[in-house]
Amino acid sequence: MTRPEYSSDMTTQVIFSSELQRVTGVRETNVEAEDYRSLVSEITDRYKELMATDIMDMSVAINGEIITEPMLEKISPGSEVHFLYRIEGG
Amino acid sequence: MSEAQDFKYIGQRTIRPDGHDKVTGRANYAADLTLPGMIWGKILRSPHAHAVINSIDTSKAEEDPEVFAVMTHADIPNQTASGVQNILAKDKVFYHGHAVAAVAAVTESAAERALGLIEVDYKILKPVMSIDEAISNDSPLLHDDLFTKGMAEDPAVPSNISSRNELSKGDLEVGFAEAEVIVEREFRTATVHQGYIEPHACTVRYDEDGQSMIWCSTQGHFAVRATTASMLGIEQTNLNVIASEIGGGFGGKLPIYLEPVALVLSKKSGRPIKMQMDRNEVFMASGPGSATRNWVKIGAKKDGTITAMKAKLCYEAGWAPGSSPLGPACMTVFTPYDVDHQYVEGYEVVVNKARCAAYRAPGAPQSEYACEMVINELADELGIDPIDLRLKNVAKEGTQTMYGPKLKAVGLVECLEAAKSSEQYKTALKDNQGRGVASGFWFNVGGESSVVINMNEDGTGTIVEGSPDIGGSRASMQMMAAEELQMPVEAFSAIIGDTQNLPYSNPTGGSRTTFATGMAVVEAAADVVSQLKERAAATWNVVPEHVDWKNGAAINTKGEGVLTAAEICGSAAKTGGHISGRGNISARGASPSFAVHLADIEVDPDTGKTTVLRYTAIQDAGKAIHPSYVEGQYQGGSAQGIGWALNEEYVYNEDGRLENPGFLDYRIPLASDLPMIDTIIVEVPNSFHPFGVRGIGETGIIPPLAACGTAVSKAIGIRMSELPMSPPKILKAIHDAS
Amino acid sequence: MAKTHVTTTINGDLKEFLCEPGDTLLQVLRDELGLTGTKEGCGSGDCGACSVLINDRLVCSCLVLGVETNGDVIETVEGIGDSDKLHVIQEKFLEHAALQCGICTPGLVVSTKALLEENPNPTEEEARYYLAGNLCRCTGYDKIIKAVLDAAETMRESA
Repeated sequence: MTRPEYSSDMTTQVIFSSELQRVTGVRETNVEAEDYRSLVSEITDRYKELMATDIMDMSVAINGEIITEPMLEKISPGSEVHFLYRIEGG
Repeated sequence: MSEAQDFKYIGQRTIRPDGHDKVTGRANYAADLTLPGMIWGKILRSPHAHAVINSIDTSKAEEDPEVFAVMTHADIPNQTASGVQNILAKDKVFYHGHAVAAVAAVTESAAERALGLIEVDYKILKPVMSIDEAISNDSPLLHDDLFTKGMAEDPAVPSNISSRNELSKGDLEVGFAEAEVIVEREFRTATVHQGYIEPHACTVRYDEDGQSMIWCSTQGHFAVRATTASMLGIEQTNLNVIASEIGGGFGGKLPIYLEPVALVLSKKSGRPIKMQMDRNEVFMASGPGSATRNWVKIGAKKDGTITAMKAKLCYEAGWAPGSSPLGPACMTVFTPYDVDHQYVEGYEVVVNKARCAAYRAPGAPQSEYACEMVINELADELGIDPIDLRLKNVAKEGTQTMYGPKLKAVGLVECLEAAKSSEQYKTALKDNQGRGVASGFWFNVGGESSVVINMNEDGTGTIVEGSPDIGGSRASMQMMAAEELQMPVEAFSAIIGDTQNLPYSNPTGGSRTTFATGMAVVEAAADVVSQLKERAAATWNVVPEHVDWKNGAAINTKGEGVLTAAEICGSAAKTGGHISGRGNISARGASPSFAVHLADIEVDPDTGKTTVLRYTAIQDAGKAIHPSYVEGQYQGGSAQGIGWALNEEYVYNEDGRLENPGFLDYRIPLASDLPMIDTIIVEVPNSFHPFGVRGIGETGIIPPLAACGTAVSKAIGIRMSELPMSPPKILKAIHDAS
Repeated sequence: MAKTHVTTTINGDLKEFLCEPGDTLLQVLRDELGLTGTKEGCGSGDCGACSVLINDRLVCSCLVLGVETNGDVIETVEGIGDSDKLHVIQEKFLEHAALQCGICTPGLVVSTKALLEENPNPTEEEARYYLAGNLCRCTGYDKIIKAVLDAAETMRESA
C-alpha cells in the first residue's frame, strides 16, 4: 500500500474497494473535484489501468449516502467517496 | 429532518384502499384476465438437467387442428437480448425444467396435449448438482467459455467457478494475533424457493400496428416492458404493460419468464394468449435462492472484544453465471459488528439448477447465518450472554463498514436492548428446549420512482404510482400524501399506473417502495401544495409567498381568506387549468435496517420434530408509516426464515431431476407450524427521508436462520451447521452423537 | 370429447354449465363462470387458495370435478358478505391487516367461515390446525389468526 498522494481538508478522499485496489495499487487517494464526473476523470487519469466503465457501473457512497446514479452529483470539499457494488434487493 | 415529528396520519392503522377488493375476491391477479378470442399457451420443459439439444421437430404439433402456433428459441426476434436463453433454451438445456419450446392452442388442456407432439432429440450430459461437484477438477463444464472473473491473474482454463469477490478492512493477522479464543466452522444451506402462492401468469395481445399489451404479475412492469420489447425488437411506446395485483414475489417476480414467449405466440397466432405456470413449473423453472457453503472464523479476547472476522463464501448461481447474490453476501456478512479487522472472499459457481433469482435480502440470510452461528458459539466459549457479546461489538453510527462507507445513525443497539428486556428473553426454558438470538443487516435500496397526483374537481386526489403493491404499500402512499397535504387519508385513492401512464419506475424490491416511492409521493404532494398556493394567491391577487398551507387549505397571510383544496380545485379552470403534481425521482439515502430475533424451539428427541414455542422479531423501521404492515413484514420475514431454517429444501435425484416441486413436499410453514410472532418496532429515523423511513421488507428474513439454528443446537446439545435442520437431519445428529 | 350438462346452485343463483369430464370445479368457476375470486395456487390440494364450500363442506375446488357437482349447493368467496356490507370475517381481516399480497385471502375467508360454523369458539390451536390447509407466504399467520379469533368473538356476541 502506498500513501495517499495528497492530504488536505479541502480535497475529497476517495477510498477504493479491495477489488479496485488491485488496479489502483492504493487503498485511498485525495482528489480535488467539484462533481462526480470530474472525480472519475481525475482518478482514471491518475490510475491508467482503471477504466471509467469499471466504476461508472458501480454505486457510490458520498459521506455515507448511497447514490445509485451519481453522474451529476456535486461533491463538497472534505467529502469521503466510496465505490460499491450495485445492490439490488428482492 | 427534525428529531421528533408530530404526525397526523402517519403511524395510524388505516384500512388499506385495496382491501375491500381483496377480501371479496374482486381483486384481479395475473391469471384473472380473459380477453375475447383468447387461446392458451404452454411451455415444453426439459426432462434432463444437462443436455445438448440435437434437434427439435415441431411439425406434428403444427399440424394439430387445435394448435394455433408453435415456437422455439429460433422464433425470438432478438437472439442476443439479455436473458434470452433462459426464456427458451438455444442449443443446450441447463436444468430440469428449462424451457425448450412453446405452443398456443384452443384450450389449456389442448396446449398441454400438443406439447407431447414436439420431438426433441437430446444428448444427455452428466449434471453438476452441488458446489462440491462444481469445483472438483473432474467436473463436467456447464460453459466451456467460462473463465473465473476477479482472479489476480486471468485463468488459463475454463471452469464452473464464475467469479471471485473480496472485501477487507484492517489486518487479519494483527486481529487474530490479539485473539484469545477463536471459533471457526463451516455451514451449508440448501436451495430454497420464495414460495409465493400465485404462480407466474400473463395475458397478452400482440397488435400488428398499434399497442401491444401485457397483463401480468410482476414486481416491475417497466422491466417487463424493457425486456420484452428488446426480445421482440419493438419500440417501448408500442407495448403497454399493466401490472395486475400480485400474489407474492419476494424477489422471485423480478425475472421475466413467460411474457416474451406469450407475445411471440400471440403474434404468430393472431390471438390473445394466456399463459400460467402450474405449481411444479414454478418450483422447477423460477425462483430458487442459492445453495451455499460458507466458512467463518472469528477471534475474540476473553472480555468479549472481537478482534478479527474472516469468511469464505461460496454461492450457487444456478446455470447462469452472475445470477447469485454473492456481492451483497460479502458486503453484509459482518456488518452488525464494529470490528477493525475483517476479511471476506467469495466465489460463485454454476450448477445444473434453475437460474437463481433474488430472494428477500438476496445473499444476506446465508452469509449472516454463518456469522451469527459462530458469534453464538463464541458467546458460549467465552461464557458471555449472546446479546451482551453483540452489544460489546455492536455496529453503530460511525462504524466503518467493510464494504465502504461509515454507518449513519442506525438502530442495532436499540434492537439488542429491546431483545434483552423482552418478555421472551426472560422466559425460562425446559428440557429439550433451546433459545437462539441473531442479528440481521440489510442495506435497503433507493432507485427510480415516478408518481403523479392528479387533483380532482372536488379537491380529492388520485395518486398514480409506478411500484406494484405487493403488501399494502398503497395505504402508505395515501398516508404520506395526506400528511404532506394535511388532508384526510380518504381524500386520496392510490393506483398502480401502467407503463403508459408514468415514466419508468424501478421494480418493487430492495425494501425500496415505502422509502423511495414514498419520497416521490411527498415530492408530488409538495408540488400539488405549491400549485394550490399559487392558485389561491392568484385568486386573492397576492404573491404565493403570502399564502400558507394549513389543514388542507390555503390561508391568506396578508389579509382575510381561506380557500380549501376543494374550492381551489373546483375553480382551477379559471386560474390556469387543472392541477397535478409530479415526483419523478432517483432516490438517494436509503439507509440500513438492523434486526434482532429470538427463537425458542423444542425438539422431540425421539422424532427430531421441532416446535417453535416463542418468537420475537425486533427491527428498526426508521419510522413506521403503517405499523400493522410493518409488523406484518417482520412476521412474514420471520416465517420465511423459519421455513428456510427448519424445513425447506430442493431435493434432486442422481440425474439432477427435482423431486419435490410441490407444496406437499417442499413444505413451507403452515398456520399450525408457528406460534404468534411478537414484534417490537424500533424507530431510529433515517435522516435522508422526509418522514425518517428506512426500508423494512427484507431484513426480517435474515436472523431466523441462526436464531433457529442456535435454538435447535441448544435444545439437543449438539452444534448443527447444515440447513434445513429438518427432523431426519436432527435425528441423525442425535443418533451419531449417542 | 362430449361435454356434460351440470346444474348447480352457486352463491344462491341457479347455474348451468357444460364441462368436459376432466375439468375441475376450479376451472369451471374461473374459466366458464367468471368467478375468479377463487384462486389457483397449486392445483393439487396443497395450498387452499381455491377453497369453496360444497353443501356446506369445505373443499379444494381443484380436487373436485365439475361433473361431480350436479345438484350441489356451492358457495365461493363472491357469495360471502352482502354487496353493501362486508361479512364480519372480511371486516376483521382488513382491521387486523391479515393480508399482504391477498392471493390466499379468498380461500382463508371461505375456510374461516367453515371453521366458525363448525366451531364458533375455537382456541388459537384449533384455528391454526383448521386453517393449516390454507398457505400464506406473506404474513406468518399471526394477524390472520388474530383476525379469525376476533371475528369469532364478534360473531358470538351478535348471535
